[in-house]
Amino acid sequence: MRSLLDALLVLAVLFDFLLLGIGDLGASIRISAMQAATLAALPLLAREDGSLGHPILLFLGVLAVKVVLIPRLLFRAIRDASIRREMEPLIGYGLSLVLGGGLVLVSFALAARLPFPGPPPSDLLVPAAFSTVLIGLLLLVGRAKALAQVIGWLVVENGIFLFGLAFVHRTPMLVEMGILLDVFAAVFVMGIMLHHIHREFDRLDTRNLTALRDR
Amino acid sequence: MGPLLLHLALLLLFPPLLVGGIGKVKAAFAGRRGAPLLQPYSDLARLLRKGAVYSRTTTWVFRAGPTVSLAATLSAALLVPLVGARAPLGFAGDLVLFAYLLALARFALLAAALDTGSSFEGMGASREAAFSSLAEPALLLVFAAVARVGGAPSFRSLLDPAAAGAWSIAGPPAVFLLAGCLFVLALAENARIPVDDPSTHLELTMIHEAMVLDHSGPDLAFLLYAGALKLFLFGAILGRVLLPSPLGNPVLDGALFGGWMLLFAGLVGTVESTLARLRLDRVPHLLVSACVLASCGLAVLVARGVR
Repeated sequence: MRSLLDALLVLAVLFDFLLLGIGDLGASIRISAMQAATLAALPLLAREDGSLGHPILLFLGVLAVKVVLIPRLLFRAIRDASIRREMEPLIGYGLSLVLGGGLVLVSFALAARLPFPGPPPSDLLVPAAFSTVLIGLLLLVGRAKALAQVIGWLVVENGIFLFGLAFVHRTPMLVEMGILLDVFAAVFVMGIMLHHIHREFDRLDTRNLTALRDR
Repeated sequence: MGPLLLHLALLLLFPPLLVGGIGKVKAAFAGRRGAPLLQPYSDLARLLRKGAVYSRTTTWVFRAGPTVSLAATLSAALLVPLVGARAPLGFAGDLVLFAYLLALARFALLAAALDTGSSFEGMGASREAAFSSLAEPALLLVFAAVARVGGAPSFRSLLDPAAAGAWSIAGPPAVFLLAGCLFVLALAENARIPVDDPSTHLELTMIHEAMVLDHSGPDLAFLLYAGALKLFLFGAILGRVLLPSPLGNPVLDGALFGGWMLLFAGLVGTVESTLARLRLDRVPHLLVSACVLASCGLAVLVARGVR
């Protein structure tokens, strides 16, 4: 059980690196969905007491929202805005990978220093959560396209979900469902925003938003 | 004396079989019958019988290339434990020596390629130098992890019973991260797909093959054999990282080693048949990812408190 948990955590971090190194938008959406699916299985493994109901509901909820609904929404956004399918990174792929490796080391250092309320299900959980959040932030600042930034934001959310895993048995169900709904709503709003950026500029480059004058 | 002779016999006899095995796997994927399993041996015998042709523009550097390369690879092979028994040579720091013997082999080959004055060989040499400079840190990171687990910078530490305990503390994540890195390195260092295509003959896209275009006869045989030996060594090291402690029974250990090598040939053949080679400018990303894999594995080791 424990080593399966460890393996899934490592897999989640490997998905982070895939996202850093891959230039295709469609593939990135699929990878972030796969990462969410990997994480969705974790509550089932991390539970401490025998209760299955709560983890199973969470598993299904995450699967429905982050693996089915959000990728669909994003693929629709790609189709509607007829976006070219590459990332146009501000930070090159090679450099992103190196920075990502550095961030993983930073997360291990951070995790070793932070006091944690009660033992986490696995000692890799906190480093993996930190790495995922930090790499998500790196994706957010390192990619110019709005859609790529949405993916970075989803990765940050996956990392926060990982943190939450340490408290699975202590958080009420309602809170987690509320978070899922928030994520969905946020991606929905971003979909609308993508549409507007696309209509104004014909391109989804967020750098356009920093210019003040009319075009 | 026995273990030494066994080690030498394994080194001298089996590497071409590994290459033949990979060829068979690729043929099976393509739906062909493929060359016989022993074809590499026939190739080597044929090349050894031939005479060598040297261009008038080349110097002794060109002639020394294949010999130095083979000698360095063979010396490196004496350091790697193959079947259960210890390697013939082993001392503190042999991991580093192994990495640099491989580097020496490569340097001899690069110098020989540049010595021909051919533009294609120069191009191949420059690519090989660029990519290997990215592969070397990854290899040294893996060796750092091995040294940390075994408590000494030596291949011997891989066989230490104490190391087996340390590996089990580190758990599957660290082992698989390091093994993944080593597998990528085995493909990259041996000019296999997705980094280089061993069967391509278009000079513009070749890396390793472009460097050996001008070698002929026994020289080419040396290079082919050294290449097979290097792949064999990476396979052996990878097997050791995945299954660190020998069982103790020579027959079982031998069977395990043979089985692993078959699996390794299958894996390499599968990768070669199912992947396309990467665009040249994407290869560094693959190698950087290998470094990142190794450093993550090392981070897990440190976090788990393995010495």
